[in-house]
Amino acid sequence: MNLLHQAKFLLRITRTHAIVRRYFVVNAFDGALTMLGIIIGFLVSTPADLSVIISACLGAAIALGMSGVSSAYLSESAERQHALRNLEDAMIKDLQESAHGKAARFTPLFIALVNGSSPLIISLLILMPLWLSDAGIPLPLLSPLYASIIFALLLMFLLGVFLGRIANISWLRSGVQTLLVAVVTSTLIYIFAGQ
Amino acid sequence: MSIFKLDLVKINTGVGIMVSVKKIVLDVLKPHQPNALEFCRAIAKAGPDYRVCLTVLEIDENTETLKIEIEGNTIDFEAIQSAISDMGGSLHSIDEVEVKSEIDVG
Repeated sequence: MNLLHQAKFLLRITRTHAIVRRYFVVNAFDGALTMLGIIIGFLVSTPADLSVIISACLGAAIALGMSGVSSAYLSESAERQHALRNLEDAMIKDLQESAHGKAARFTPLFIALVNGSSPLIISLLILMPLWLSDAGIPLPLLSPLYASIIFALLLMFLLGVFLGRIANISWLRSGVQTLLVAVVTSTLIYIFAGQ
Repeated sequence: MSIFKLDLVKINTGVGIMVSVKKIVLDVLKPHQPNALEFCRAIAKAGPDYRVCLTVLEIDENTETLKIEIEGNTIDFEAIQSAISDMGGSLHSIDEVEVKSEIDVG
């Protein structure tokens, strides 16, 4: 049994596929909205140097990643140990060396990795236009901040499309719903931070 | 009678008797996951020519009671026990055994 099959098997016996997917979407959403918020905040305030904006966004992205990893690991670890103990009680047997014991140790690590990496990766993607511009690569048509905002809106729309596919509903409707959340957030930031 | 005599002669001249388990029926308790198919496959992988037949006898809130029939040319009971344990199962009893003795000509 190779590593991928083993991982799939352990996720299947703990029935954590849906949890992993949920964590991925929730935290990617967090990451995208946070980046959107920071970038719009910089856009409506006094102009700042691009390197300052990148540092602020990168700091928030790393913090989101670390928060995702640690919070998911601690909570999932407790949940998995609780589930394993319940199963051990039902089986009247120590299951630490069985597939269930391995799953109780592996799944919190995997979920933590997904939970931490999804906001980090999505944040880094949103920061791409800023990095490119900072590295001296000219962006067509838009300023780097607007390009990042459009990139963030596009990624949020794609997250909605992904959710739509899971729920087996219209991908367009689901995508527009998440896009609407981003638009409302941006409007609120403009209203409150732009004064 | 003559065959019996021949066997005795062979045994007395140092040829051993090999006893191999051909069939066992086990009473096993397992969690709902892995499911019956995966459980069966894991047991079948314990030997090269095993034929495994699994019947779910009872389903509780967290567990399932199974009757597992395993047939093979030479069943390795320890390997099967280990496969059951790895999948989180618990062997309750051996309900039926079929063993065959053969003259080990090697």
